[in-house]
Amino acid sequence: MNTIRHKTKLAAAITLALATFSAQAAEVEVLHWWTSGGEAKSVAELKKLMQAKGDTWKDFAVSGGGGENAMTVLKSRVVAGDPPTAAQIKGPSIQEWGAEGVLADLSSTAKAGNWDTLLPPVVSKVMKYKGNYVAVPVNVHRVNWMWVNPAVFNKAGAKVPTTWAEFPDAADKLQKAGFIAVAHGGQPWQDFTIFESVVLGVGGPEFYQKAMVDLDQTALKSATMTKAFDTFRTVRKYVDKDFSGRDWNLATQMVIQGKAGMQFMGDWAKGEFTAAGKKPGKDYLCVDVPGTQGDFTFNIDSFVMFKQSSSDAKKGQEDLANAIMSPSFQETFNLNKGSIPARLDVKMDKFDDCAKKSNADFVASSKTGSLVPSIAHQMAVPAATTGAIQDVVTQFFNSNMSSKQAVEKLASAAKTQ
Amino acid sequence: MSATPSTAAVPGVSNSGKFLDSVERFLPKLVLAPTFVVTLLFIYGFILWTGYLSFTQSRMLPNYDLVGFIQYQNLFDNERWWVALKNLAIFGSLFIAGCLAIGLGMAILLDQKIRGEGFIRSIYLYPMALSFVVTGTAWKWILNPGLGFEKVMHDMGFADFTFDWLTNSDMAIYTVVIAGVWQSSGFIMAMFLAGLRGVDESIVKAAQVDGASLPTIYWRIIIPSLRPVFFSAVMILSHIAIKSFDLVMALTGGGPGFASDTPATFMYTFSFTRNQIGMGAASAMMMLMIVAAVVVPFLYSELRSSRRG
Repeated sequence: MNTIRHKTKLAAAITLALATFSAQAAEVEVLHWWTSGGEAKSVAELKKLMQAKGDTWKDFAVSGGGGENAMTVLKSRVVAGDPPTAAQIKGPSIQEWGAEGVLADLSSTAKAGNWDTLLPPVVSKVMKYKGNYVAVPVNVHRVNWMWVNPAVFNKAGAKVPTTWAEFPDAADKLQKAGFIAVAHGGQPWQDFTIFESVVLGVGGPEFYQKAMVDLDQTALKSATMTKAFDTFRTVRKYVDKDFSGRDWNLATQMVIQGKAGMQFMGDWAKGEFTAAGKKPGKDYLCVDVPGTQGDFTFNIDSFVMFKQSSSDAKKGQEDLANAIMSPSFQETFNLNKGSIPARLDVKMDKFDDCAKKSNADFVASSKTGSLVPSIAHQMAVPAATTGAIQDVVTQFFNSNMSSKQAVEKLASAAKTQ
Repeated sequence: MSATPSTAAVPGVSNSGKFLDSVERFLPKLVLAPTFVVTLLFIYGFILWTGYLSFTQSRMLPNYDLVGFIQYQNLFDNERWWVALKNLAIFGSLFIAGCLAIGLGMAILLDQKIRGEGFIRSIYLYPMALSFVVTGTAWKWILNPGLGFEKVMHDMGFADFTFDWLTNSDMAIYTVVIAGVWQSSGFIMAMFLAGLRGVDESIVKAAQVDGASLPTIYWRIIIPSLRPVFFSAVMILSHIAIKSFDLVMALTGGGPGFASDTPATFMYTFSFTRNQIGMGAASAMMMLMIVAAVVVPFLYSELRSSRRG
């Protein structure tokens, strides 16, 4: 994809930058966008671990925009030939960076640490470029959660739906009782989050894999996909009319305050419940999105390492990779962040019930093949394709487009390179 | 400099005079040179670079292999780009027309030698002191059906009142027009007011003596004499309209869906979040073409006629 000229220019620039860099001790500069409460605490933990190993931690936090700003800064740093030691990059973007030839190979560290047995194959596949580890997973978020306020359901006399067929009945009852059935924020990524869960619930993990990951044209144009859009349209009916542009955490607040019955959102929503002093199982329920019992759409944060020439810097990267993979870090970090460890073998004693259920499903689904990457959170296909598909989904949600039209548009959007 | 006078008394004076002359001649150039270089590089240089990138297959990072017009082809095959262009047409025309009409109207009313003019003028001018982000956020709350205007009307007892443009895909772009006009018309008013004050009183007096009514005086004499002000106002407003980004981002975020996308938000999304720098560059070049298409003929005709006049 790249010109040789471009590559050599980059490589030359990088070595030049590193020549000045290596004069200092093993300094680890880490680009991330974890700046809010629990996230910042999690990063501080990593910093402590690195300092214990005798490395200097240079924080390179760029907040805002769900990482967009950080990515813009990263691109300019790499083009200028001065990449940080490590950066928070996830999903197929790892492959895109790998194709630029700027990532460091972590195979030897991975081999020594036995990563292949610690991580489920679906996860390690994301972390590798051409068979070599180039990234380290930090956590696993589950996306197909439905957050339920049981008090609201009781008052309305409704039953928490377990299939999409049961959903309209429950939602009707909530609305009749004067509640908002579905708390939702009308931002494209939130629309897309619901949509992918609907596809998984309606079509099952195999169909999801074919349509949303392999982008198989027959699956995309199938009757199942039309049905998924029909179901998605049904969800639209139960959203309040002020949903447009609302942030996800405000939607979560509506569930917490008992204004709304349920929200479809990844497990980061749990942080809002915890902050409000609510207890899982009592004040709120975390249940699978209807029809996705035991299935798991994952969203994994990870760090990639950039090529370094000095042995000091390489040692720093090795330390960082080992620190991130260590069970103690995976535990503390994820307790703070609300997600679960990426390693399959971390003890879950200290975690709450939602995380325990998430972990059990993670381990189980990694064996049955119902562990699938989340397309809405850029784990499944490259950014350009994800964006084109998201455009169709959000346009459908915000207009009167028919499901048939949507399927056609989806199939042509999936061809975006 | 201190060494020159010591050579000879009289020639020394003329020497230093020559030196001062040459300093005087070169100083402006010297002072302007850094700005000139910076402008050349950071504006025209980057325009050229963007133009080059729009002919490449650049994705996440710039790539310098030329591939022809593919990016432009993809751009005009993209439905979202057409939505953005349509929105620019709606927003641009209504925003400019609205600001001119309201700005001129307010200026004429303020020009009637009313009491407290300075006070009122500052009130109308204040929105200009806000950034578009603040304006966008404030109007987002005002126009939100559950928080703002609609809720107030409901609380006052008008239960059937609906004003949901912000959440309506077909109307969202008009909320951007409302917020934009609110922000900018005060500034346009100030420009027109300055223009009105510059109109020669004696012409107006002469027209009054001839028995012309006040509306006729405004319509036939004063407003036509404001032509240069219209020119500057349209120039300022049209570039605000074409590069409108912050207002849209803060007010609607381009939503619902991408219903209120403009070329600027489109360019940002594709270049920076979707790893399609090539297509983003192509859209940026199209924006440049739009600016050029609007501004160049206008500039040309205005400057030519003013030279003649």
